[in-house]
Amino acid sequence: MRIYADNAATTRMSRSAIDAMVECMEKEYGNPSSLYTLGQSAKETLERARTQIAAVIGADPKEITFTSGGSEADNQAIRSAALAGRKAGKTHIISTAFEHHAVLHTLKKLETEGFEVTLLPVHEDGLVRPEELEAAIRKDTCLVTVMYANNEIGTVQPITELGAICRAKGVPFHTDAVQAVGHLPIDVKAQNIDMLSASAHKFHGPKGTGFLYVKKGLPLLNLIEGGAQERGKRAGTENVPGIVAMAAALAESAENMERNTAHLIPLRNRLIEGLKRIPHSALNGDAVKRLPGNVNFCFEGIEGESLLLLLDDRGISASSGSACTSGSLDPSHVLLAIGRVHDVAHGSLRLTLGEDTTEEEVDYMIKNITEVVEYLRSFSPVWRDLVSGKHPFIL
Amino acid sequence: MALYSDKVMDHFRNPRNVGVIEDADAVGEVGNAKCGDIMKMYLKIENDTVADVKFETFGCGSAIASSSMATELIKGKKLDEVRELTNKAVAEALDGLPAYKMHCSVLAEEAIKAALDDYYSKHPEKL
Repeated sequence: MRIYADNAATTRMSRSAIDAMVECMEKEYGNPSSLYTLGQSAKETLERARTQIAAVIGADPKEITFTSGGSEADNQAIRSAALAGRKAGKTHIISTAFEHHAVLHTLKKLETEGFEVTLLPVHEDGLVRPEELEAAIRKDTCLVTVMYANNEIGTVQPITELGAICRAKGVPFHTDAVQAVGHLPIDVKAQNIDMLSASAHKFHGPKGTGFLYVKKGLPLLNLIEGGAQERGKRAGTENVPGIVAMAAALAESAENMERNTAHLIPLRNRLIEGLKRIPHSALNGDAVKRLPGNVNFCFEGIEGESLLLLLDDRGISASSGSACTSGSLDPSHVLLAIGRVHDVAHGSLRLTLGEDTTEEEVDYMIKNITEVVEYLRSFSPVWRDLVSGKHPFIL
Repeated sequence: MALYSDKVMDHFRNPRNVGVIEDADAVGEVGNAKCGDIMKMYLKIENDTVADVKFETFGCGSAIASSSMATELIKGKKLDEVRELTNKAVAEALDGLPAYKMHCSVLAEEAIKAALDDYYSKHPEKL
């Protein structure tokens, strides 16, 4: 059995997205900036895709800028707000401790450029407290950026409330919605979202394509200089096939969202219940306020990479926040932010289900994860010390 | 290209000499759970020779494979030879490790050295 349980890393392109992409490559190969018919036809195709995408999140098509993906969108949104802030003498930015690195590393850079960054705590449940955001906003705050749903533990933030606070205080509000778009209903106007980043390959679109929503009237800074594409805000010939495929994938995800959610939540909960039966394990993040397909556990006494390799041998593709999988000595900053200590954070496992995950697959995962955890514990000196009472159990 | 060599995967999937020696003559433990790697080596020593060796490891695939390979390299060897074991020898015997995983082989060398230290501290006359 081959089970793909890493849909937060990337998703398989949908049939309709592939068809749209191929058709576009075959027929709409003109450059949208060219004035002859073939070019203008590509331009129309591009604008249709923009309209389609804007409609899904309740935006105006003019508020959508196409990018190479979520990271570029995050960089552009944050840099734009920072530049506008600096011009107005405002150099304070608020975010959270467990943002994606596309946000955190950009903020780190800005700190070296004279900005001050406040990272809100996300607590044990992986959720920002609106009152803590309200208290953190200052007169010189030029941006609040809080991710819609966390990429590792899947917790979904109270975005509407956070947006309302920012709106009331007159501070631009950006959300990295890479994990949420196509999976959760989003209405940028009703939710007071000023800027939003999205990535196509997280909702069955192609890799290398994404978009940034920026509310009309907010300034946008170029990261890439050159031609006049994207109203002069993002140079480079548009990735028309990718954008068309993204629009097709998003339209499909939006259309099927209710059905997908109804399919995923019981499977997710079944998986959580099954894994909870493994002794000394714990779910990471709030059990309810989380993405419909996200399951993230810590298992005490084992290390995540060896768990992943053995699960791969059994046909399960998953991911972990252990140091060995991150290429650094520290485990996931997300798990540390919700208060997991290093020892436990190394033994984490993320399973992100997709629309075609079945109950049989969930049961296969529960059985095999239980066996592999038990096997790795059987020769783990850490586990031995826990069982013998030399060290107390944490979980 | 796969992350690890076939040899690493073989030793990871089928680790040799896994377990504990209850009446070990020497025990060495290195690493810490905070960093995500702990290795524990148990040696049975007879006639200045490693008569038996077992290991327990908490760590990634290459940590488990390095422990396994290290035990194979020292089993049946004279202590003088065991003392000469280097992390490079462990890594080479595994057909190489990715650069950022070399510390796993270092840990294997250190675990064995720690076990030898334990042995010589109990038997200073053997040094």
